[in-house]
Amino acid sequence: MTNLNHRTVDALRINHGELLRNWAADMEANTSQAALKAGELQQQMTEFLRLFVRGVEAGSPGSLATGEWSEMRHFLEKLSYNWAVMGVDSQETAAFIFSLKRPVMVLLQREFGDEALFFVEQLWVVSEFIDVLAMHTISTFQKSREAVIKRQQEELLELSTPVVKLWDGILALPMIGTLDSQRTQVVMESLLQRIVDTGSQIAIIDIIGVPTVDTLVAQHLLKTVTAIRLMGADCIISGVRPQIAQTIVHLGLDLQGIVTKANLADALALALARTGLSVGRAS
Amino acid sequence: MNSVRSGSHPVRLEQDVVLARQAVRKLAQECGLRLVDQTKLVTAVSELARNTVVYGGGGEMDWEVLEDGPRKGIRLVFRDEGPGIADLKLALTDGWTSGGGLGLGLTGARRLVDEFDIASTPGVGTRVTIVRWN
Repeated sequence: MTNLNHRTVDALRINHGELLRNWAADMEANTSQAALKAGELQQQMTEFLRLFVRGVEAGSPGSLATGEWSEMRHFLEKLSYNWAVMGVDSQETAAFIFSLKRPVMVLLQREFGDEALFFVEQLWVVSEFIDVLAMHTISTFQKSREAVIKRQQEELLELSTPVVKLWDGILALPMIGTLDSQRTQVVMESLLQRIVDTGSQIAIIDIIGVPTVDTLVAQHLLKTVTAIRLMGADCIISGVRPQIAQTIVHLGLDLQGIVTKANLADALALALARTGLSVGRAS
Repeated sequence: MNSVRSGSHPVRLEQDVVLARQAVRKLAQECGLRLVDQTKLVTAVSELARNTVVYGGGGEMDWEVLEDGPRKGIRLVFRDEGPGIADLKLALTDGWTSGGGLGLGLTGARRLVDEFDIASTPGVGTRVTIVRWN
């Protein structure tokens, strides 16, 4: 990437107030920027332009790693991260930087319009600089979005595994949603750990919130039940709805040897009876 | 028997299995399938879509809403361009698996639907067609 001619750099520096005004006017006309406050946007644009002029004085941005441009890089990373979190979309984020091209073009045309070759050459170089900045912003924006999604996934994973103590020695695990292997792994681990911690004898796995029980889910359940038994505890599966029961029969799944109940109340009653407790009406 | 409308869903990743299930559940409700039949069809989709992802290396699910006089139904085609199945008879045996599963997915899916057809050429791909009527 070539550097800008010093005359262009001077023109940009001297006219940067005008550049900012034109850029702001364009932004206002073209984008909604609903998520951003006007004052905040103005501040970002002023800062961007200050760093841009400072950068072009030093030379080409290259990969943005060099000294003079590194402050710009940090600024763009912070900006795109903030916008990603605020829910500004990627198009608007890109437009923020690309929209600088027109005011720059207008300025250079006025300054060097009568030197066609020089004008075109300088315009191309500036345009390349802006592309590099925009590219970097978008890739950071993308990374920030991915980080947000990953965090949400982890939060969901946490949410989906509450192990509840129903009574002394009786634990319940209400499963909700899709049982993909990663989640089942987490569920199984936390249940087995709680069995050890509480010294429970019976664990109830409630599957009323699981919409589809296919062979993979069944396999996960069977493995969990086997692991619970190996630890010396017993397992009851509750929440088997009629349509799920019929489907399991047709699938040919063998759940013999596993105690199942239609609802959690029945499972709790059975668990209480097994631990030698009975529930009666206080008279 | 005529086709009312049709479409296609990509089945490439684990997450697509969930999306395919949701799409078929919606279609099944629109076709007036009873809850038990909805659940059966969705479970079959879950098995076949997972096979497409895990064994077929990803593919497509084509869906079609059928009308045959007063009857309404759904036809689904799962196709991939994976390694194919060398021995179909073996693959349609309860309890046999080439992976680490229970070996009931394909046979189970066959029992959950009204019509079931499988065609596979080693090295070319696999195509499973199922139909469920209301």
